Amino acid sequence: MLEGLKKKIDEMMANKPSPEAVKNAIAEGQIWKSIFRHGYPDTPRNRIMAVLSNVFLHLHPVKVRHSGVKMSYTWCMGGLSFFLFLNLTVTGVLLMFYYRPTAEYAYYDIVALREHVPLGIMRELHRWGAHAMVIAVWLHMFRVFMTGSYKPPREFNWVIGVVLLLLTLLLSFTGYLLPWDQLAMWAITVGTNMARATPFLGYEGPGASMLQVGGVKLVTGGSDIHFALLGGHFVSEATLLRFYVLHCVFIPIVAATLMAIHFWRVRKDGGISGPL
Amino acid sequence: MHFIVDVINSLFNPVTYFFGSLIGFVAMIHYREKWTEPQLALKILGGVVVALILAMFNDHFRDISTKSDNVPIFIMVFGVGFFTWLSFRQAVVNDRRLAQGQPPVEKETSDKKVYVWPDLVYVEFIATIVAGIALLVWSLCLHAPLEESATQAWTPNPSKAPWYFLGLQEMLVYYDPWLAGVVFPSLIVVGLMAIPYIDKNPKGAGYYTFNERKFAILPFMFGFLVLWVSLIFLGTFLRGPGWNFFGPFEEWDLHKVVVLNNVNLSEYFWVKLLGFLGIGLPHNPIIRELPGSLLIGAYLIALPPWLTKKSAFLMGLLERMGVARYAVLIFLAFSMAALPIKMLLRWSIHLKYIVAIPEVFFNI
Ligand code: HEM
Repeated sequence: MLEGLKKKIDEMMANKPSPEAVKNAIAEGQIWKSIFRHGYPDTPRNRIMAVLSNVFLHLHPVKVRHSGVKMSYTWCMGGLSFFLFLNLTVTGVLLMFYYRPTAEYAYYDIVALREHVPLGIMRELHRWGAHAMVIAVWLHMFRVFMTGSYKPPREFNWVIGVVLLLLTLLLSFTGYLLPWDQLAMWAITVGTNMARATPFLGYEGPGASMLQVGGVKLVTGGSDIHFALLGGHFVSEATLLRFYVLHCVFIPIVAATLMAIHFWRVRKDGGISGPL
Repeated sequence: MHFIVDVINSLFNPVTYFFGSLIGFVAMIHYREKWTEPQLALKILGGVVVALILAMFNDHFRDISTKSDNVPIFIMVFGVGFFTWLSFRQAVVNDRRLAQGQPPVEKETSDKKVYVWPDLVYVEFIATIVAGIALLVWSLCLHAPLEESATQAWTPNPSKAPWYFLGLQEMLVYYDPWLAGVVFPSLIVVGLMAIPYIDKNPKGAGYYTFNERKFAILPFMFGFLVLWVSLIFLGTFLRGPGWNFFGPFEEWDLHKVVVLNNVNLSEYFWVKLLGFLGIGLPHNPIIRELPGSLLIGAYLIALPPWLTKKSAFLMGLLERMGVARYAVLIFLAFSMAALPIKMLLRWSIHLKYIVAIPEVFFNI
C-alpha cells in the first residue's frame, strides 16, 4: 500500500501542474465558489460578477469612465481619506485596549504605550494618520471643487461631504485631548473657550443675559453650552470622559454612516464626474 | 548673517504678511500660464526647498518646525502647493484647448468605460500600499508628542489650538469669540454647503478649467489659500507668547510687550469727531453705539443694493441668479470680506470695535 502511495506522489512530482492549472483548480473549487460565487475575474462576465457579488466592491459601479480612474483627475484623495479612516479605526481599537479615560490613568497609559510596548507605533500611526486625514479631506474637497464636481446632479453629495469634513475635524479635535498632557489640555481649553461666547447659549455670548425668567438668568456659567460640552467649568476629568465617548463611539458611527451614504451617492449620481 | 536675519525679521509683521500673501495670490492667478509650466514650477519648488534648508540653520526656526506636531503643516503646505499646481496646470491646458474649440483633455477618455475590476481596483490597491508604507515610515521616524501631565496649575504660553484651527484663533485678534469662534465658523460651513446651489454656471463640470469658472474659483481660492492656509502658517510660525507677532527667526520673548492703543469707533465719533461739542461718550449704550450700528447696518443692508445698481456686472449676476440666490451670495461674500476689512481698520486707524456693548458681550 505504501508502495502505491509513493508511486502516486512520484507521478505527481513528475508532471508538475502549471500555475494556471493550480489557479483554475482553486478558482473552480467548492471553497472558492462558495465564498465568491464566480470564477477568477479575468473574463468580462466574471469581472462584472466580482463587483456585483461582493458587498464591499458593489459600492463601485461595474464600469467607470476611463477619465475618472486617472490619478491626475481624482488625486486619489477621497479614497485616501477613506483608507486613513480605516487605519484610524483599526489602530484606535488597539489603543482602546490599553487606554483608560480617567485623570488618574490616561496620561500614564499613554506613557506606557510608548515605553512598554515593543516597537509600539500604534499611537504614531493613529496620530499621524489623523493629521494626514485632515489634509487628505481638504485636498479632496479642493479637487472636487476644481473639477466642478459639485454641479448637478452631485449637489447633495457635496453637502454630505461638508458634514464629513466637519466630522473629521471634530474627530481630530476630540482625540487631541485624550493623551491628557499639557499640549492636549490647553489646546482643548483654547478651542472650547469659544463655546462660552455662543450667542444666546453661552453665558458670555451676546443675548444670553436676555434669557431670564422673573429675574433669574437661564444661561449661567453652570448651565450654558460650554458647561454642557466640558461637563464642568473647565477642562477636567468629566471632559475627558465626554470627549472619549464622542471620539471613540459617537462621531465615528455618524461619520461611517455618512461615508456609506457618500459612496453610495457617488454611484447613484452617475459615478465619478466627467465632461458631458 | 545676523544682518540678513534681522532684515528678514523686520520685514515681517501682520500687515506685510497679509499683503504679501494677497499679492502672491493675485500674481498666481495672473501669471498662471507661466508658473504652471513644469520647468518653471520645478525651479520655484527648488527655490522654496533651498530657502527652507537655509532657514533650518536658524535655531529658533528649526525648533519650531521640527516640533513633531508641526510637521503635518509642512506636509499640508507642500501638498496644497503641489495640488494647486496640478489643478491649475490641467486647467491652463484645457483652457488653451477650449479656446481653440477643442474639448477638454478629460473628454478624450470619458466616453470610454473600463471595468472596475481590475482597472479601478488595482489603482486603489497600489494607492493603499503606497499610503500605508508612507504612514509607517512617518510613524517609525517621528514620535508622537507627549508633554507633562495635564494640569490646571499653569498655562503654557503660547496656548495654541490644534493646527487646523489656527486660522480661527488668528481671527480672535480682530473679532471677539462670538464672531471668530462661533458665527464665522458656522458661516464657513454653511457657505461651503451653499456653493452648489449658488453656482449655477453649467460649464466646467467634470474637467479642470479656470476661464470658464473664474468667478467661482477666485473667491474659493482666496478663502482657502489666503484666509485659511496662510493664516494657519502664520499662527504656527509667527505667533508666539501672548499671541504676539514674531518674525520667522525671532526668539520668542515671553516678556515682549506690544502696546495696544486700540480705540473704539464710539470714541472716535463722540470724543474725537464731536469733541468740540463737549458731550463726551453718552452713557446710554444704544446712543453711544448708534454710529457703529448704523455703519454695520449700512454695510450689510444698504451697501449691497447700492453696489448692485451701480455695477453692470452685479446687475447681470442678479438677473441670472434670481434674488434669493444672489442675496445669499452677497451676504456670504460680505461676511468673508469682513475679516480683511477689520484687519485693515485695525492696522490703519487702530480701530478696536465698531460696535462695543461689553455689557451684553456684543462687540463687533
Ligand atoms: C471623510 C471624508 C470623505 C471621504 C472618505 C470621501 C470619499 C470620497 C470618495 C472615495 C469619492 C470618490 C471619488 C474620489 O476619490 O475623488 C468621493 C467623491 C466625492 N466627494 Fe468625497 N469624501 C469625503 C469628504 C468630502 C468632502 C469634504 C467633500 C466636499 C465638500 C466631498 C464631496 C465629494 C463629491 C461631490 C464627490 C463626487 C465627485 C465626482 O463625482 O467627481 N467629499 N468622496
